[in-house]
Amino acid sequence: MSNQQVLNPDALFCNTEKQDMFITGSEAVKEAIKRSNVDMAISYPITPQSESMHLVGDLYAQGYLKDYLRGENELAVMSEVAGASMGGVRVFTATGGPGTLRAFEMFSTWSGARLPIVCAFMTRGLNSPLTIQPDNIEMAHILDTGMIILHAENAQDLYDMLLKAFIVAEKPDVHIPVGVFADGFFVTHTRDRVRIDPESVKLPPYDPYSAPVPVIDMENVPVRLMRDPFVMKSNFISYAAHASWQQEIMAAAMRSRKYLDKYLEGLMDIHNEKAKVMVVASGTAVSQSREAVERAKNEGMDVGLIKIKCLRPFPVEKIKAALENVKTVIIPEFNRVGWLYREIKSVLQKDMEVIGAPRVFGGMTMPAELILDEIRRCQNG
Amino acid sequence: MVKRIFKMCPEFEDVMPEEYKQLVEDGPYGREKGVTDLGSFKELIEEHPLCAGCGLALSLRLIIASIPVPEDTIIVGSTGCSSLLFPQVAIQNIHSIFGNQNAVATGLKRAMKLRFPDKTKDVVVIAGDGATADIGLGMVMQSWFRREHITTIMLDNEAYANTGGQESGMSYEKKVLNMAPTGKKFPKICLPEVAREAGCDYVATVSPGKPKRVQNAVRQAVLTAREVGPSYIQIYSPCPTNYKFKSNQTNAVAKEREKEGTYRMVEYVSDKARDYFKQFKGEEKHAKCN
Repeated sequence: MSNQQVLNPDALFCNTEKQDMFITGSEAVKEAIKRSNVDMAISYPITPQSESMHLVGDLYAQGYLKDYLRGENELAVMSEVAGASMGGVRVFTATGGPGTLRAFEMFSTWSGARLPIVCAFMTRGLNSPLTIQPDNIEMAHILDTGMIILHAENAQDLYDMLLKAFIVAEKPDVHIPVGVFADGFFVTHTRDRVRIDPESVKLPPYDPYSAPVPVIDMENVPVRLMRDPFVMKSNFISYAAHASWQQEIMAAAMRSRKYLDKYLEGLMDIHNEKAKVMVVASGTAVSQSREAVERAKNEGMDVGLIKIKCLRPFPVEKIKAALENVKTVIIPEFNRVGWLYREIKSVLQKDMEVIGAPRVFGGMTMPAELILDEIRRCQNG
Repeated sequence: MVKRIFKMCPEFEDVMPEEYKQLVEDGPYGREKGVTDLGSFKELIEEHPLCAGCGLALSLRLIIASIPVPEDTIIVGSTGCSSLLFPQVAIQNIHSIFGNQNAVATGLKRAMKLRFPDKTKDVVVIAGDGATADIGLGMVMQSWFRREHITTIMLDNEAYANTGGQESGMSYEKKVLNMAPTGKKFPKICLPEVAREAGCDYVATVSPGKPKRVQNAVRQAVLTAREVGPSYIQIYSPCPTNYKFKSNQTNAVAKEREKEGTYRMVEYVSDKARDYFKQFKGEEKHAKCN
């Protein structure tokens, strides 16, 4: 709303008097967007995301956003936000599961066009057979689209990451999209205590003229300008142009690390870093892992926990260092393919026992006992 | 466009590209230029890589010259032959992915309204028949249903030309093309009628054989999109490369099809648009008023 006070991001993130609210993840999305000075949001229903965008619609009705519409499908919605973003406004949308895959061509298009779009992904299982149950297999597909990928453990993370995502995405030396992922239902549909900034403050507006690529509004030179021109000729100059462009997107993601490090207080958290057995998880699996690690400690076992908050850019060196003296790594996941297992495996140089278990999918929950079983097994072995 | 940013710093004038100098000194920005002036001013299209005799190139030259206020217009294109020409156009334009042009234009037009509430920024979609009538049809029609204030122009060459001459929904029945080895099995999509029923307030089919008609259609369509509602133009742009006729026959082919009644030239104007046009009666170059 126009009477909200604009605070610079550092002041808003660190110095405001926060209050506790007992809210769902969907409501945490609303609270974040309310303070994000978003110009336009575009919605499309899909379980378990729908409620969050209903609530963003309410914000529009209350005057917090300047435009809001329901698009016609996810590919169209992602295209609509792309057009708006190229036109120089701050946009937000959300999707999940099959919606993520329906929209897929746009995610790498956003990155390539360096659009600072923030999209929330409320994950769910993929067809076939159709399911609306929790699962985060879609993250396996999206990791290499060039986007910055954050994974929220709970409603608090979702709130914090969304607010901060706009600021990181719009940094001139970054200026690529940010996907904030939360495990659908577990985060979106459950209540949790969330520390929230006052209603009276919001982020500064987006300045499209600070972008490293020209905004398309016919107000800026050069006039003979296409976003983005083709480099499709069959010659070396074309290949080199496309290759260097892709490298620049990767470099932009790497440059985001200094901001993510500051605002997320590190791309990962380590608990009990000296332990020889380490559980590594992201998203809600971190919560069950925390419980399992606590119970293992009570049983006299020495186990540590690494919470990965940011999958892209992936904290390769930090993970290597953290696991250097570890004997066994346990990676619990809410999907069939074990994408986090693959990610961790890919950065470990020495031969070490890496257990890609437990893996639950198809909608099942993950009792802490399953993780505890893995911990006990490697203690005994 | 803020005109003062589009001028040369005197110290650099001697090193500026000739083409840029011409655009600044003799371009159509802020001037009353149209298709009858072609050849007497610096056009917004600077060369292009399309085939000799390309109907799209001809159509685009006329469309770009007809755009009423180029200095405050943004074009959204799509993948295809025409997208190879767009880097050469001195109107800022977007290529996103194949078929999503009307969705991109939706977001862009709304962003322009938010950022420039006191100014009109015309958003014009220019895409091929495959992009408009096949892969992008859903997004095209949804933008019409939503009554987005954008102009949609289809460059209809009746095939997927850039990928090597495959059948499109706009190819005519029985035509043998790639992917239609025994001839197309269903009629040409009647998109002008679909557009009318989907809520377009101004619909016209035209061909480059009649440049002034193209200009009138483009200006009325842009004007409609500004104040009334969505508008649609379909411009028949024969393809010598894939329809295998001589490159100097493009206009002749267009005229012949119109004459034999296999390419119907229609114009549908809603009552609202007709009322709106009335106020400009008698005013020369009415669509230039911004």
